[in-house]
Amino acid sequence: MRIMIALLSGALFGAGLAISGMADPMRVRAFLDLFGAWDPTLAFVMGGAIVPMALAWMVHKRIERPFADKAFALPETRAIDGKLALGAILFGVGWGIGGLCPGPAIASLALAPGAVAPFVLAMLGGIAIHRFTTQ
Amino acid sequence: MIPGFPEAQPVAGLIGGLMIGLAAAIMLLGLGRIAGVSGLAARATGLSTGGAPRGVAIAFIVGLPLGAFLVALLAGCVPATFPATGLLIIAGLIVGYGTRLGSGCTSGHGICGLSRLSPRSILATALFMGSGFATVALMRLTGMI
Repeated sequence: MRIMIALLSGALFGAGLAISGMADPMRVRAFLDLFGAWDPTLAFVMGGAIVPMALAWMVHKRIERPFADKAFALPETRAIDGKLALGAILFGVGWGIGGLCPGPAIASLALAPGAVAPFVLAMLGGIAIHRFTTQ
Repeated sequence: MIPGFPEAQPVAGLIGGLMIGLAAAIMLLGLGRIAGVSGLAARATGLSTGGAPRGVAIAFIVGLPLGAFLVALLAGCVPATFPATGLLIIAGLIVGYGTRLGSGCTSGHGICGLSRLSPRSILATALFMGSGFATVALMRLTGMI
């Protein structure tokens, strides 16, 4: 049951990415390109996504546990530190260079596997570097 | 159509965005978890130990291309243009490392965190948007694009 819900959520997420145009790195980069032919589409995607999620957070406040699991397991960290800031800044640099963030990159494995594979492999490499250089 | 922005796809963007938000809501209310792609990808590949059960992470990550594939099947094609391979490799390395260091990406901080009004996510989103704008501006300034 939990596996099916996660698969459904992932598939809906991936379908949304493909429909919204966010699976196109050049469209994403055009949103970040304030001094070029700026494309505001990404702002509509973010706005559209935040609405159901804001409603979901309201429901979350009123229920004891999720519908298909024993308890909520949400990030409780509140620290605003250098790691958060540096990590976010670095992510933005990579996002700007490639026009890809993790979701669209993984979803694109079904659309343009050859083109996106170098990014996904390098991204896993970056995740591994972080994993083995911390703790 | 938005006057002055012929390339923009506001309607497709909104519809796709609603689907993404609904997907994240299913993850939150169904399984009690954040639909953060960078964290779930790390978990699914065995590159992180905490967080979601491995099966849940793998199912979500497998779902992403599956959903995109279904759209491509129905729509015929999903247009996409990719930067040169060298740039993709550099970008991928930085995105992988940065999202783990900063505990999230566009999905976890940008969609789930912003909608929760999490101060950490608001700061992270402002920073990655800001550095994304600056990076592309720099690329334009140096003639890379």
